[in-house]
Amino acid sequence: MGENEVQSILFAGVGGQGILRASDIICEVIMEAGLDVKKSEVHGMAQRGGCVTSHVRYGKKVYSPLAEPGKIQTLVAFEKMEALRYLKFIKNDAVIIANTEEIYPPEVNMGDVPYPQEVIAFLKKHYGKVISFNAAELAHKVGSIKTANVVLLGAISNLMNIDKSVWESVINKSFPEKLIKMNLNAFQMGINA
Amino acid sequence: MKVLMSGNEAIARGAYEAGVRFAAAYPGTPSTEILEEFVKYEGVYAEWSTNEKVAVETAIGAALAGEKAMAVMKHVGVNVAADPIFTVSYTGTNGALVIISADDPSLHSSQNEQDNRNYAKFAKIPMLEPSDAQEARKYIKLAFKISEKFDTPVFLRSTTRVSHSKSVVSIEEPEKYKDKTGFFYNTEKYVMVPHCARLRRVEVEKRQQLLKEFVETFPENKMEINNPSVGIITAGMPYNYAKEVFPDHSYLKLGIVYPLPEKLIRDFASKVKKLYVVEELDPFLEDQIKAMGIKVIGKEIFPYTLEFDPGVIKNAIEKNAAEIVSPYKEKLSPRPPNLCPGCPHRGLFYALRKFKAYVHGDIGCYTLSYMKPLEGLHSCICMGASVGMAHGMSKALKDKGKGKVVGVIGDSTFLHSGITPLLDMSYNNSNALIIILDNSTTAMTGMQEHPGTGFTLMGEETKKVNLKVLVSALGIDNIKIIDPLDLQETRTAIKEELAKDGPSVIIAQRPCALFKRANIKAKPALKVDPDKCEGCKMCLDLNCPPISWKKGITKEGSKRKGISFIDSTICNGCGLCQQVCKYGAIS
Repeated sequence: MGENEVQSILFAGVGGQGILRASDIICEVIMEAGLDVKKSEVHGMAQRGGCVTSHVRYGKKVYSPLAEPGKIQTLVAFEKMEALRYLKFIKNDAVIIANTEEIYPPEVNMGDVPYPQEVIAFLKKHYGKVISFNAAELAHKVGSIKTANVVLLGAISNLMNIDKSVWESVINKSFPEKLIKMNLNAFQMGINA
Repeated sequence: MKVLMSGNEAIARGAYEAGVRFAAAYPGTPSTEILEEFVKYEGVYAEWSTNEKVAVETAIGAALAGEKAMAVMKHVGVNVAADPIFTVSYTGTNGALVIISADDPSLHSSQNEQDNRNYAKFAKIPMLEPSDAQEARKYIKLAFKISEKFDTPVFLRSTTRVSHSKSVVSIEEPEKYKDKTGFFYNTEKYVMVPHCARLRRVEVEKRQQLLKEFVETFPENKMEINNPSVGIITAGMPYNYAKEVFPDHSYLKLGIVYPLPEKLIRDFASKVKKLYVVEELDPFLEDQIKAMGIKVIGKEIFPYTLEFDPGVIKNAIEKNAAEIVSPYKEKLSPRPPNLCPGCPHRGLFYALRKFKAYVHGDIGCYTLSYMKPLEGLHSCICMGASVGMAHGMSKALKDKGKGKVVGVIGDSTFLHSGITPLLDMSYNNSNALIIILDNSTTAMTGMQEHPGTGFTLMGEETKKVNLKVLVSALGIDNIKIIDPLDLQETRTAIKEELAKDGPSVIIAQRPCALFKRANIKAKPALKVDPDKCEGCKMCLDLNCPPISWKKGITKEGSKRKGISFIDSTICNGCGLCQQVCKYGAIS
């Protein structure tokens, strides 16, 4: 990632996956690292099964909390098919981190349409770098599927030039005492994924 | 100290730093968190008022007693509150009064995208507009200063992107609160009968002149002269979008969007060759600047509708942008928001659907039931409208409408603005059925208290309105209380009340499935017995998130083509599907 260019990360997934929490944590990390940061998302309908996105932008000086469509350098799909929904916002050489977990939209649940096939292969064909793993399974291994968002943060941290200790200190501050250990383990799972 | 804050958190912080200790609001996206954050500060009084009009009147009362008071609402809330706002502009505010309007370009969570800057001009009230959280904290403080200095109410306008974006904010120590409250009698100033109001009307115009001079040197109206070939006049969030894509252009960023600094604008126009006005929604700045005789390019190239992003501005100005396309060409299945698993509204609408009535909806989660397959309602205009609309339709249809016109309204919405139309129904002998969907909270905006919950925003226990007694006091004789998760009881009640002459009210009582205080112990998740399921798809009609369908699982001696499944990780065990299944396959 360039030194002076403002960096944009787009988080995309489904209501209830902890996307807003994850993007809050990453913003705190960036701020702790001494950079300017802005993030934007739309609240309201999120809890009710809809699509959720969060834009995070950071650099020396950030004006817009929303990136220009087509200029986003990193896409983090908390759900596999959600990656497909936002491809027009990302650069051709963008890095995509995809959770391979599948959450069916209502039409698929009703048996009216199939879930998209070969999503990861499609992404790999069209984009520079695709990192994919099942974050839900890894989260389950550390003790709770709810930590899947922190597993994904671990994977993102590998792409960012910020010391892991900053991440760990923010994670320490972001969860109640009894959940810290589990979330640090989840974070490490993501780093190794 | 630097902290990461949303625009709404920053407004609350700024108000606290400015010595504000009094605030009233009605929740509404994107404004809700302002009071939820403000109430956390030491020594403040903050309340959820029954509606926005009451919130503004409460704040006016506090201001007349000498307080610095804040009233907070979403854009459409200002419509509800418009009556007192237009006249407090005449009386002035004594202490200080700031009204926050959180607008929603793109209608992320609203029924319209009205541009409330128009209210500033219409009511002759100055309006500030921050572009991010850091400015939000600063501008709310300036708004209170202006209110005190000019004895005027002041608007602070936010938008969804400002309210719900987070950025780095430098916070300061709060001003020490000075108690300036007391009784300030001045009948000519505060009794707006025609004689006094005519006098105040003149004062408003005098104040307008003073404000017009004030904004010329107001430091938040900022000129940035870079490359003089292109100048951009803008305000609020669009400033950030424009700076992102055109960092080298010259800017006049307005911190106050009403009244406008005419001399400053003329000065800026003289310094640049080509002048654009970049603003979302209405040509509010543009029309006023054009009326000054200044040539600008605005809505002939920029959209009137929806919020901008950096790309919208770049494409409008450069015109040569290649269309951005996704390599993925297949249609992606949408994820529309849905009623939650265990939502009590699902039972009510499933039962109501069978009666094929015309159902007037209102503002709340239940509006989501309009979609297939529930198709639970057929109109939705604004807070409280379902009651009056059901009444009007039933009157217009006369006998044709008998037993066929229903209004549905949530508990918080009913208390906000459903009481007066229900009184109208009883007064004018209506024939419609009103169903109050009482889920014990203001669910859509995130579980805020209201007069029916028994608690205040400050967390204190309080009088809890009894809906049945209230409805009865309005003159309604036919009242039934039901549990909407009991389909048989719900159907019977609807059938009986639709058959009656005169107005009826059904109160469907069951707390929101997400409401923690209700302490609903989720029952064990239900399961489909694959031996009993006949694949009839009746349960899918509930549109309940955990229920899905798998093709190809057949059974000997049955015509079934597949079976239903229930995702045990999200099923709340509410039992509706159990009641719907004719084969006893769900347990």
